[in-house]
Amino acid sequence: MSDTTKPESLRAVAAALRKELSTKGALTPKDRRAIAQQDMPSQDASVRRHNMNEVALGYFEDQAVVESLRCLGCANKPCVSGCPVSIDIPSFLAKTAEGKFDEAYATIRESSMLPAICGRVCPQEKQCMAMCTVGKAEKNPEKSVAIGRVERFLADRGRAQGTKAAHGAPRPKASGFRVAIVGSGPSGLTAAADLARLGHDVTIYEAFHKPGGVAVYGIPEFRLPKAIVEEEARSLESLGVKIVCDFLVGRTRTVHDLLEKDGFNAVYIATGAGLPKFMGIPGEDLVGVFSANEYLTRSNLMKAYDRDNAATPLYSAKRVAVFGGGNVAMDAARTALRAGADEVRVVYRRTEAEMPARVEEVHHAMEEGVIFDYLANPTAIIGDEKGRVKAAVCQRYKLGEPDASGRAKPIAIPGSEFTLEIDACIVALGNDSNPLVTGTTPELNTTPRGNIIVDEHGATSMSGVFAGGDIVQGAATVILAMGDGRRAAAGIDDYLKGKKR
Amino acid sequence: MTKILRKERLSKDVYRMVLDAPAIARARKAGQFVIIMPDDEFSERVPLTIADADETAGTVTILFQAVGATTRILAAKEEGQSLAHLLGPLGRPTDIKKLDGGVVCVCGGIGAAPMYPIIQALKAAGNRVTVILGARNESLLVYENEFRALADELIVCTDDGSKGRKALVTEPLKELCESVSKPSEVITIGPPIMMKFCSATTKPFGVHTVASLNTIMVDGTGMCGGCRVTVGGKIKFVCVDGPEFDAHEVDWDSMLRRLGSYKEEEAHKCKLVEAAALASQATLEKEQTK
Repeated sequence: MSDTTKPESLRAVAAALRKELSTKGALTPKDRRAIAQQDMPSQDASVRRHNMNEVALGYFEDQAVVESLRCLGCANKPCVSGCPVSIDIPSFLAKTAEGKFDEAYATIRESSMLPAICGRVCPQEKQCMAMCTVGKAEKNPEKSVAIGRVERFLADRGRAQGTKAAHGAPRPKASGFRVAIVGSGPSGLTAAADLARLGHDVTIYEAFHKPGGVAVYGIPEFRLPKAIVEEEARSLESLGVKIVCDFLVGRTRTVHDLLEKDGFNAVYIATGAGLPKFMGIPGEDLVGVFSANEYLTRSNLMKAYDRDNAATPLYSAKRVAVFGGGNVAMDAARTALRAGADEVRVVYRRTEAEMPARVEEVHHAMEEGVIFDYLANPTAIIGDEKGRVKAAVCQRYKLGEPDASGRAKPIAIPGSEFTLEIDACIVALGNDSNPLVTGTTPELNTTPRGNIIVDEHGATSMSGVFAGGDIVQGAATVILAMGDGRRAAAGIDDYLKGKKR
Repeated sequence: MTKILRKERLSKDVYRMVLDAPAIARARKAGQFVIIMPDDEFSERVPLTIADADETAGTVTILFQAVGATTRILAAKEEGQSLAHLLGPLGRPTDIKKLDGGVVCVCGGIGAAPMYPIIQALKAAGNRVTVILGARNESLLVYENEFRALADELIVCTDDGSKGRKALVTEPLKELCESVSKPSEVITIGPPIMMKFCSATTKPFGVHTVASLNTIMVDGTGMCGGCRVTVGGKIKFVCVDGPEFDAHEVDWDSMLRRLGSYKEEEAHKCKLVEAAALASQATLEKEQTK
């Protein structure tokens, strides 16, 4: 880490700039365009690859103010249209620039109950920042106003200070309707918050022992501390939402039971990702082959990275290969490093340009020493005499014409096989759908892949039953799942109003 | 939190606990299991079979052998104390139907416990049921009296001959397959190696055989994929596709290998738990002698 990117120097530079700008009076768009984007202070790569602490440390106050001053305050607010939950971004940036942090935080909470999570894990460069005028002028959405970083600053500050805004608007009059939400991930939590604010009596059923869904079992501690997830999930209880853990809808109780026996008037299904996909190559059943879901669940939900305290074991491996190029692959690779691997490589069929992972995550992984093998894909995994992984045979690829996804199609090069010596591998190729709810609720129309089909209000083919998030979209992001939750909450509210009590 | 209403020690390492779990008691069917987490935060999720349930009383009975770190911690809990987490029922229920030729249930060790509700259901459906109950020695036999009362025939075997026939369970199983009253179906629950050999025994006779698998599992809800097994050349997941599979299609050697994934880590943990138990025992003795 160079001296200029050290947290102390970032803070000093921002403090000086804030002071200078405050003497200028009203800033012109030109003045604002002249301000450089504030870098995120972070742990040094050589240090953090050996610990589980959060990588990004968060903006200093001066940085948040200076970054907010970069906003041009466009009248048509293009960034808001890029946000799946329509946060009033220019408004919270303007308040931050004026140092009115409580008000700025309250503005975010009007639209999002999970700002500390979203500020960290949303792909802003593909959403709000992709629409930002500053980034358009720079021809690079990465150079837009760093909206997520300011959001994170406000959320962390608000939580630390126990700001009243954290509890959102006062509770409205009870509607007399009861809604069950299946799953406490980002989608379920968002729907729960919206429905509670509309006066409905909401109960969330969670299968695991903690609320948060993928934010707890999937996204690692070093990217999203679990204490924050717990706090944001529990903040819903102040709205009157009940969270019931250790309850698996589809097994403990069916959707029919909830509607017919337990007195719920509507159900929102947000069960999340399903069973992991495997590659169907020889050797996938060897000891040391993991799905990213399993590897990350052990480390995150079960805290297996804490080997001295956790009862759940994490497989010891010195050389690890991760197959896949998404955010989950990056999380798995970086977790393997922290779990003590000397050499971790990401093996991906296409090139860096086509990787679906966020650029920031890829850069973080590279900084930490993860090796990237592009244009390669495994064809077999080889085991030793005890059935433990000892190598992967991979094949080279080249890029062809764009395929249905719009990305260049990877084409295998015959005779290009090579062997990677490894002692564990992690398959991060996405998920199929979870069959538990659909299998016990035959009225739900599904796609051939088992995803629930919904209309533009999130309504399924079964009256009073709505769905969203990964069980509908297959694989979405946290914020898209939240967008589904918001849409379904509105749909459920309309449905209930039509029912009359 | 789930309260432990009753705890019994059936043999040196085998315990039976009755838990206060009305939602699971109401929903469970023969063949299903639960996941327990004895304590919060750093505890492990462990799948355990359901030995019995009482819907009216709202209770579920589990039976387990204290062999790993987490089951030992569970065994140290007393009546009136609580488990931090209990999830269930999990897995698909046993496919119960009336079969003309009768059913042979082969159980080894504590595999007898989850077999009990299955036999109840088979009898309720009007089946003739023969039970082969095996264990290493007499002290490890459980559910003998219950089976004698419930089944049409009970064959007890021990490895050392301390009770019943001195034989492995596969011996009487083979005899039954060869006899005129060849069974329509065999169900086996017990140590994986026993189930593997039961499967090999019935295969030449073409007797449909079902095995209930207890693999390594983390979430148990169809998310992590840790419980995967190869059945008929395809990947199947014990938590949502199982736990029961056609035994003749299961790749037993692959499953046995995968069960040993964490042998080294497990041994380390067990030593830690043992050391902690010894330390607390020593403190206790010291206090008593004071």
